[in-house]
Order: sequence, then C-alpha cells, then structure tokens
Amino acid sequence: MADKSHPRPNRPALALHVPEPPFRPGDTPDFSSIKVPAAGEAPRPDIAADAEATFPLCTHLVRVLDEQGRAVGPWDPKLDADTLRKMLKDMKTVRVFDDRMYRAQRQGKTSFYMKCTGEEAIAIAAATAMDPEDMHFPTYRQQGLLVARGYPLETMMCQIYSNRGDPLQGRQLPIMYSDKKHGFFSISGNLGTQYPQAVGWAMASAIKGDSRIAMGWIGDGATAEGDFHSAMTFAAVYQAPVILAVVNNQWAISSFSGIAGAEQATFASRAVGYGIAGLRVDGNDALAVYAAVQWASERARTNNGPTMIEFFTYRAEGHSTSDDPTGYRAKGEAEEWPLGDPIARLKAHLVTLGEWDEERDAALDKEIDTTVRAAQKDAEKLGILPQQGFDDIPSMFEDVYSETPWHLAEQRDQALAEAREFLGRDPA
Amino acid sequence: MTTRNMIEAINDAHRVMMERDDSIVVFGEDVGYFGGVFRATGGLQQQFGKTRCFDAPISEGGIVGTAVGMAAYGLKPVIEIQFADYIYPGYDQIVSEVARIRYRTAGEWTMPMVIRSPYGGGIFGGQTHSQSPEALFTHCAGLKVVIPSNPHDAKGLLIAAIEDPDPVMFFEPKRIYNGPFDGHHDRPVRPWSKHALSDVPDGHYSVSLGKAQVVRKGEALTVLAYGTMVHVALAAVEDNGVDAEVIDLRTLLPLDMETIEESVKKTGRCLVVQEATKTSGFASELATLVQERCFYHLEAPVERVTGWDTPYPHAYEWVYFPGPVRLKNALKKVLAA
Repeated sequence: MADKSHPRPNRPALALHVPEPPFRPGDTPDFSSIKVPAAGEAPRPDIAADAEATFPLCTHLVRVLDEQGRAVGPWDPKLDADTLRKMLKDMKTVRVFDDRMYRAQRQGKTSFYMKCTGEEAIAIAAATAMDPEDMHFPTYRQQGLLVARGYPLETMMCQIYSNRGDPLQGRQLPIMYSDKKHGFFSISGNLGTQYPQAVGWAMASAIKGDSRIAMGWIGDGATAEGDFHSAMTFAAVYQAPVILAVVNNQWAISSFSGIAGAEQATFASRAVGYGIAGLRVDGNDALAVYAAVQWASERARTNNGPTMIEFFTYRAEGHSTSDDPTGYRAKGEAEEWPLGDPIARLKAHLVTLGEWDEERDAALDKEIDTTVRAAQKDAEKLGILPQQGFDDIPSMFEDVYSETPWHLAEQRDQALAEAREFLGRDPA
Repeated sequence: MTTRNMIEAINDAHRVMMERDDSIVVFGEDVGYFGGVFRATGGLQQQFGKTRCFDAPISEGGIVGTAVGMAAYGLKPVIEIQFADYIYPGYDQIVSEVARIRYRTAGEWTMPMVIRSPYGGGIFGGQTHSQSPEALFTHCAGLKVVIPSNPHDAKGLLIAAIEDPDPVMFFEPKRIYNGPFDGHHDRPVRPWSKHALSDVPDGHYSVSLGKAQVVRKGEALTVLAYGTMVHVALAAVEDNGVDAEVIDLRTLLPLDMETIEESVKKTGRCLVVQEATKTSGFASELATLVQERCFYHLEAPVERVTGWDTPYPHAYEWVYFPGPVRLKNALKKVLAA
C-alpha cells in the first residue's frame, strides 16, 4: 500500500495532468484553434545565421503555397515546372502504391502494410531538395524517398511480399526497406534508433572530409525515446552535417501528439535547448518542405551545423493495417485538417502557373495506375507471402555473421531436414 | 465463472486488483483511452480514471524509470511494454535499478511492480514483434519471471504478480491470446472458448508464483515447456502417441524445481522446449539443473527444442518456429537413447 500521504491544509492538493486530445470518437472535429500563419509570412534567415536567429521560426510555420495556389514569400524555392510536375507525379505514385499494397494486405497477399496518406509531400520534396548521394535514415513512413529517387516499385513490392525478388530475402517485415545505392538506410521496427545513427553517419562524413550529408527521420511519438535526445546532443556538440526531421502527424498509433509533449511546446522548439537551428514547416506544402530542406542542406554542407525541422502534418489513415483509428479518434479529422491535402495543393499550384490542367492530370492518374498495376503483376509473379518460407532455407542462416559458425551450420541442416519431412519432398 | 480468452482474463485481473488496491497505476504506450494495441487494458481508464490508467510517451526507459519513482513513493505500477521486442530502451532501468533496489538499499526501498509485455512469435511479426527475451531477465538477480499459457493461469498469475512484493516480468505469449496453438500453422485457429482453461473464475483468485503445473501425466519422459510451447508440446506428444509427462513451468523464476525433479526422477528422460533462440537460452539453464540434480536417474541426455540462433525471419517464420516436426524428432531421440 502507498505510504500515508501528507496533505497540509495550507497547501493545495497536487493533481496529475494527463493530456487528452481535443476530439474523441463521436465528437465533431474542429481545428479552428490551430494557428495557421499566412503563406509567405515567415522570414528566411541566411543559411549561415546563428542557430538562435532561427528560434522564432520554431513556433511559427513556414508556408509557401497560399490559398489560391500561388507560391509566395522569401521561402519560395522558385522551382521550374518540370521539377514541380515530377514531385506531383511522385506524390501521386506513392498514394496509388499505398492504396494497392494496403489492398494486397487485405487480400491476404502479405502480413502488414503502412500508408503515408496525407504526408506524401514530406519525403518526396525532401528527397527532391537533397542530392542523390546524401544518406537518409528513415522511419517506416518515408516510402516517398525511394519513389522520388527512382527505386523500382516492383522491388518495393517484392520486399512487401517477402518473395523471390525481395532483396532482403524475406527477413524483414513488409515496408522495412533498405537500399544503400539509393541512400536509404535499413528501417528498424524499434522506434527512434535511426536518429543518432544519422548523426553518426554525418559525423563520419565530416571526419573523412566528404561532401555528403545525412538526414534522420523520426515521428512525433518517438521523440520521447532517449535516442532522440542522444541524437540532438551529438548533433549539437559536433555540429554534425545532418538534418533532423520530426514528422509530426499528430498521432502515434492511438496517442495524440500531446502525449509526446506537444501541448507545452512545438517539436521544433526542442532545437532551442540544444542550440540547433530549428524550423517548423507546413508538411502539406511541398514547396515549403522543399525550401526548408534545401536551406538546411546548404547550411549543413557549408559547415554551418545541423538543423532540426518539424513537419506539421496529419496522419490521414490508421497507423498500419493492424490499426483501426475509429476506436480512438473522431471521424472526419483528416478532412477538417486545416492544411489541406498536399497533392491537391501542389496540383492547384501547377494549374495556377498555367503548367497543368485537368486533362493532363487525368492522363497522369491513368499512367500511374497502369505503372503501379504492372509492377504489382510482375512482383506477384515472384510470389506472395503465404507461398513463401520454404524457397531458400539456407539463406535464412546466412548473414547472421560474415561466416557461418558450426552451430548455425548444424541448425541449417536440421531445418532443411525438417522441411523435407514436412513437405514430403526437397524444399524448392 | 466466465469464458474468457487470455486478453479478457488479463484485463479482468487488472480490474479486480485496481478495485481492491487504489495504489495500483497502469500505464504504457496506447494503454489509456484505447486500452492497448492488444486491448489488455481496455476500459480501465474509463472505469478508474485518467490518473490510474493512462497513455505513456513512447519511451520504454521513461516508462520503467517513472515506475521506479512511483514504486519508491509507495504506488504499485503495473506497466505495459507494447512488445517485448521494444523493451531494450528500458533494459538499463530494469536490470540496474528495478532488479537491485531492494538489495542495494538493504530493504529500505522495494520495487513492487509488474512489467507486462506481449512476447513470442507465430504472428508474422518479423524481427521486431516476435522475440522471446525471457533469458535476458532470468539472468538478472532480483527479477521474477512469469509466462502464462492459458486464460485461467494468466489471470491468477497476474494477480499473484501484482500482489508480490518483488518486481515481476510478466511475458504474455501473443500467439495464444485468442486461442491455444498446437504448432500446426496450416490449420484453423481454435478459440479459447472451446478449451476448458478459458473457464476463468470471476473476482479475486491467484495462481502462486513458483509453482509449475503437470498438464499431462506420463511415464516415458518429462517435457518441460512454458507459454505457447506448452500447447505445441502437448499436441506433439498426443500426435506421436508418446506417454510423456508435460510440465507447464508457468514461473521461470523462481522455478518449481521440486515438481521437475520428481517427474524426471520418475521418467528418467527429459526434453526442454522453448521458442527463443537456442544459445544461452532458458532451456540451457533447465537442462543444466536437471543434469545437476537428476543425473543418476537419467537414461538419456537432456535434449533441447528451441528456435534457431538467427534473428526472427519474417518469411521463414514456420521454418524458424519449433513446431511439430522438430518436436517429434526430439521426442524420438530422447526415447531412443
């Protein structure tokens, strides 16, 4: 039992504050209390500015696209129309890809999937703003990095199906991609571990006098992990050439961002305490994302130190195929989200520029649909998850170490014998 | 008596104890309003309020560390680590603090708390939702380790764990949350409602920590198992027509050595089963104990059935999992020697 408490009549009884999201199932969401500064309002400091000069931006919101679809203000990256169209195409591709793979999971073709609906602008614009040689340490919701860098959709699908075309040989949960050539570090299912790793990669690049930089990614929820704080400390101490992104999509499975501390301070403002430059950015505005990442890249590349960027966005779908958000959040939140849909906003911008129209948009949608379907068909020719598992049993025992020790060799032989007995034939 | 699956039984244990003891606080990732990703704490916040059951930030080190502070104050934290695979950021707090505070303060401070965590494989969870790290905790002096195998025991053991004056690691085999699993992944799932051990008494009762259960009487050999593997072992014994004595350990630490010794001295043969990787696993400890204490009664070497010494491979789940074929061959080997 608890020790006897010590209330005193002349002191107030202490009370624990447990944050509660503004809306729960059954409520009508209303985000009018969220302050959305006008596009173009945020000043753009020099890339070599002291970190302190960015601190007002940690509670502001860098926005470029206004309500009419125009790009305004000092953060306008002034991108050419081809680059804008490429970003639009990549963002649409991610959304269609997500939709197809979500359905594939529902059809029993794989075990698990995670969409990034509503967050497409973030990874796509970040990858577009950085150099292809720069290294990303992503979370499980940055599939857009691979798409923007031209990684084959079919290979992504093969990984999701754990099939014969899976470069990770069926060892990882679906969507836990890894590809060194595309600057995409192996995704971990353990949260936050990649954040200090990104800092370490950037420190190594600086130790070797390289010119490449790194970008680490984390969600709002995982900023609570100790690894987040380790990363911030090392990045600040060594002025590592790294960009540290916090994708604040408001929800960590069922916990709203207040459970990670968002009630008291923005995530970007955590940069202040470490002396790291910080920016808070409209994550549904592809141009703002591009501009912020470009600013932070130049800063890192010119030995002016790390930047932490909070991308303010909304997770429009469930956490994963294992999650049903109707159990904990109000219906219609995504539609009410005050920052809109990133794809619709970029499209409107291109239309405003006279560089896009409905006809071309419909043709693009059709083209993407055809491409994604074709990739899926080809991927499925190499197998789907329920048919896997006996294809290449010896591979399961490789790469535990560089060379297979005796005990694993014994276990491999035993596993093969078991499979032979189970199948009544040699495993394929 | 109510028919309950393991989740419902665990949920009920929380409810019964929170009603009896207002020093109990329950927290962890997603455990509050939503009731946890497996719903083990469903409805507790609604019944007991937000300061007795609440969501924690995603920080296992923070969850365990604050539980230490609460226990130091005099509360009894019952915390959830969402998956055992996520426990490592909290490992320092568990092994260096929770496990040792009674000892290092000569009993001035104690750490009565329960650290619950869904554990084990068989659900296509890949490397980060499938591990069985029990041996990392039995290896630490100061922790008790409990792994139930059915709804009846899950409720009774959790109540005993909450009432225990020492910290208890409570690992819940998630493959059997909804029904027992015989190891045949190609067969449909049988729900708990068709199993006698889903008859769970209402209200308070406890299953003592440190007491194993003989779940099948037999003469030919002794099979030691816990968690999911109790059901896989039982099915293998029946399928192969072996007269085995099957013991569900229920508590790995403290271990019911008396029941084990009595059985092995009678049968003269012993097979130890665990889902975890083989090397330095708890099965190794069991095999050593049996060898030390029953050597002159043994007619065959003690055999281990375990997972392989690889990370848990997503697509090769059923090649990895110690299933019917591995058990059949091991049973044969122990009986033939």
